[in-house]
Amino acid sequence: MDLFDKFDPLIRDRDALFNTGGPVPTGICMDELVSQTVAIVDGRETILVGTNNYLGLTFDPRTVGAAEKGLKDGGTGTTGSRNCNGTYSGHKALETKLAEFYGTKGSMVFSTGYQANLSMISTLAGPKDYILIDADCHASIYDGCKLGNATVIRFRHNDPVDLEKRLKRLGDDVNKLIVVEGIYSMLGDIAPLDEFVAVKSRVPNTYILVDEAHSLGVLGETGRGAAQHFGVGDQVDFIVGTFSKSVGTIGGYCVSNHPKFDILRLVARPYMFTASLPPSVVASATVALDIIQNTPSLRKKLWSNANRLYRGLSGAGFELGAAASPVVAVRVPSLEIAFAFWRSLIESGIYVNLMVPPATPQSWYLLRCSLCAAHTTAQIDTIIGVFIKIGMELGLLPEAANANGQAVSINGRLRSVAGAKRASGRRAGGAAAATG
Amino acid sequence: MLTPFNKEGIALTRETNIATDLELDSLAVMDLLAAIEDEFDISVPLNILPDLETIGQMADAVESIVQGKN
Repeated sequence: MDLFDKFDPLIRDRDALFNTGGPVPTGICMDELVSQTVAIVDGRETILVGTNNYLGLTFDPRTVGAAEKGLKDGGTGTTGSRNCNGTYSGHKALETKLAEFYGTKGSMVFSTGYQANLSMISTLAGPKDYILIDADCHASIYDGCKLGNATVIRFRHNDPVDLEKRLKRLGDDVNKLIVVEGIYSMLGDIAPLDEFVAVKSRVPNTYILVDEAHSLGVLGETGRGAAQHFGVGDQVDFIVGTFSKSVGTIGGYCVSNHPKFDILRLVARPYMFTASLPPSVVASATVALDIIQNTPSLRKKLWSNANRLYRGLSGAGFELGAAASPVVAVRVPSLEIAFAFWRSLIESGIYVNLMVPPATPQSWYLLRCSLCAAHTTAQIDTIIGVFIKIGMELGLLPEAANANGQAVSINGRLRSVAGAKRASGRRAGGAAAATG
Repeated sequence: MLTPFNKEGIALTRETNIATDLELDSLAVMDLLAAIEDEFDISVPLNILPDLETIGQMADAVESIVQGKN
């Protein structure tokens, strides 16, 4: 008897995959950061295309300068929670900036994006309330549901008709909180928020929370995210997000116009029982939000990079998400191929994320790229070239594929993810088959 | 209803374990619940998942939700 016995199957699977010599995904160490897009890994200069660092603000002289000043003025940490000794003028300034950024009355800053979701979802919906979550929501949203006492219903990914059917089953007389994301992290697909808020408006006592973790700074005229992109910001009740992607540091937030919003500071446990963000982090986040708001050219460059990578990979015959987005995920048929592909990439000086079930929708195996506005065209073309070379070596692409992105047909085996989704309906049993 | 989820075509009884016999992972079980919701026009909360180990337990849970509705 050992507490760790229950992990034996996982330990066996891990060792079978990892103990074959060479780098492993969970063991990557960035020995030195050369820039936002290049690091030294295992002594090799490596292009980073899996960092969520969408706008490249981690090394911007303005964010670094603000962090240095914050560190000098406020010290290395607050050593306390927000409701005790952990609120400095910088935390207040960041919350003021967020409210101005979104044009909302209320704003709250959390120590991580994960805790922002845990806080909001576990606290907003109580024992008599209902939460309706998109099937493909992030683990932090599922965990928020587990932490709270509400009844949780799951609806089909990005499907407003399915959501409305499930909302109506619950009836008008109970409180219902819809939870969706702006951009989904695995395939980079965007939620149809215009349709979701329309559904919300048709069913009484329904609220909607949008997690803009991957869409902040990426979508919308001033970078607010998907809600701004669809022009429905005023119809979204709660926007949650993180500073750990486009903002380039760490932390989470929620903004809202609800008149009683501020009471959450006294009831949201993941907000109350943790130390607040250090002053340097708070200072760089505040400056980064200002940059995001006022520099649409960064978004333009990010999307241009995303389109170039998407076109290059889809043209070569890889199976990708339905449309170009700053997350470009390449689907491969099995764990073994995914791991071999990932290892060849890292040994060729390209870092991407290896994503496997249960983190992935449809239990797919993905090589997930995330673009950065700071990527050069030359870097993108290098990435495409290496992907094609390895794709051919592993037999995923025919020899006819070339770096010009010439379209090739592979006996219908590689098709768009959207097509695959439609073909499998609601992937009944698909997940089971893939994991086996 | 379970046929599409029974990839190995095993014999199904009330005692069939959803995870170890049917080999459904957590995502597949949630998909099965969604199919059940639509078949019976009921709401099946994810909250009941930890209590469902066998097909029999799942059937009883659905039965009690359907009874509660009528």
